[in-house]
Amino acid sequence: MIDNFIILPVLVHMLTAIITVFFWQKVGIQRIISVLGNSVGLILAWKLFLKTWDTGILTMQAGGWSAPFGITFVSDTFSSVLVLLTGITALCVSLFSTVAVSTQRIKYGYFSIFHFLIMGLNGAFLTGDIFNLYVWFEIVIISSFVLMTLGGRKPQMEGAIKYVAMNMLASTIFLTAIGILYGMTGSLNMADLAGKVAQIENRGLVNVTALLFFVGFGIKSAVFPLYFWLPSSYHTPPSSIAALFGGLLTKVGIYAMFRIFTLIFVPDDFMMNLFVIVAIMTLVTGALGAISKNSMRRMFSYLIVCHIGYFIVGLGLFTEIAIAGAIFYLIHDIIIKTNLFLMSGIIYKARGSTDLRRLGGFYKDYPKLSILFAIILFSLVGIPPLSGFWPKINLFQAALTAKSITLILALIFASFVTLFLIAKIWIEVFWKDLPKGDSEKGDELKSLPKEKKFVLILPVVILAIVSLTIGFGAEYVMQIAQKIASEMIDTRPYINAVLGHLPLK
Amino acid sequence: MELLLVILIGILYASGAYLMFRRSMVRLLLGLILLGNGANLLIFLMGDIAKGKPPIIGADASFFKEIYADPVPQSLILTAIVISFGLQSFAIILLKRVYLLTGSDDLDTLNTHDKDI
Repeated sequence: MIDNFIILPVLVHMLTAIITVFFWQKVGIQRIISVLGNSVGLILAWKLFLKTWDTGILTMQAGGWSAPFGITFVSDTFSSVLVLLTGITALCVSLFSTVAVSTQRIKYGYFSIFHFLIMGLNGAFLTGDIFNLYVWFEIVIISSFVLMTLGGRKPQMEGAIKYVAMNMLASTIFLTAIGILYGMTGSLNMADLAGKVAQIENRGLVNVTALLFFVGFGIKSAVFPLYFWLPSSYHTPPSSIAALFGGLLTKVGIYAMFRIFTLIFVPDDFMMNLFVIVAIMTLVTGALGAISKNSMRRMFSYLIVCHIGYFIVGLGLFTEIAIAGAIFYLIHDIIIKTNLFLMSGIIYKARGSTDLRRLGGFYKDYPKLSILFAIILFSLVGIPPLSGFWPKINLFQAALTAKSITLILALIFASFVTLFLIAKIWIEVFWKDLPKGDSEKGDELKSLPKEKKFVLILPVVILAIVSLTIGFGAEYVMQIAQKIASEMIDTRPYINAVLGHLPLK
Repeated sequence: MELLLVILIGILYASGAYLMFRRSMVRLLLGLILLGNGANLLIFLMGDIAKGKPPIIGADASFFKEIYADPVPQSLILTAIVISFGLQSFAIILLKRVYLLTGSDDLDTLNTHDKDI
């Protein structure tokens, strides 16, 4: 169904970004505009989700050029769910930023870049054209570069070099892959490519291209041998920026991977084995890395890497159950990872450090906040019935069906390590007494006015409620995940919606 | 012509990758630029180089009868060049800032805050 509504979640953030530019030095107005823009964005994303859910796949042909000649925007369940999740996290992070991000950073254009980033993310989720996907990716990474370096402190710059270099390399590899793909098929429309790639006789070349895509997206989403840039850069920017990066930026790579490898390059045995091996290694190395760290932010960075493994498992097993599990995990993960970084931001505000050795006594000082944080941490591990538990059932079931012992062990190991880390954080940050010597730093959180404190904690509460809703309403979320999975296994409705006919065999 | 381009692309990719493996930040950036140019040329090559065959279809025909110069890769390259120009200029400024802050061009000195292991 053709519906120009699709483009609105992208446009609203573009407009908000432009409007904030006009209030360059006026911090207060920028804050209000950003929150308003994000609220409108969330409402539009919700409407888009409902529309897509009710009427099926929506398409829009930019400039009226019919597919496959023009740029197509497509909103299927997967895209619309991700746009919705982006809306939720963007609103929460923007609320948090109004208090947490310094006036200086806002004066340098924090909010306009923030909205350009969200625009890029929404665009990447909604586009149906592979070169257009590349362009959205570039918008996302250039915005993230600016956010990463905004403020210009030394550790930030050091992290940024690694981040910029690896992301530019990933983009080049992605561009190379697009070039070769275009040379093979003469098309850029993803639905059109789905039919054309299947007809190519030179399967070797197809596999090489698929691998290039995997490496390009793999660097962006931090899978096993390509993740080293993430833990050495994600702990450097302010928490609100790290929350946005941790929650959404690695996930856009995962989104692209799922899109490409279910629609265009349906994985053969070789690719599936590769995915499973990469998934196992990502789970294990991410978990081991997280154990070895003493700073909360670094630990969470490694946990991002570790949990990326769960998504790749879904792709590697490539059954409907496994993909549904991975998608459910994706829905859970975006919310929870954002919340973790926001939480570490609040702890940093209160204690002036994220180093576990210098933290402590949080439960004594803030009992209510601690209970809120406990909910987040337990959701992360997936203590039933909280949200992290349900997708794992699917993944274990799929791994058992595939009879892959190593995979099951890796899944258990990663879950176990996450549990261990949560216990460690709980003991070190909340239970243990505050070590002497650092207490004279003062508690920035306590000295904040009441309404500011409220705005700081509100987004964490909202995200925690969303997490709880995902956990307790798992039945409905699972329905969504299963619908997405079935759309991925059977891509004919997608192709039909875009091209108006099924691929010619 | 094709063969020449293929060799050129190979050289660009190889030298770009080689420069990226060096420890100097400036070489890293040069490597990225060379890789980007290699990718652009690759797309150009993929669009079938046909001299003097504009993609204009005759009034009496409904499809192209012979090979023609595909305009799509050129528009792709144009987009890619603009994007990489923006990224590269950002990266150059970033390198300069990092150099001013750390006083070093060596990538291995960028780990002052990696001490907690």
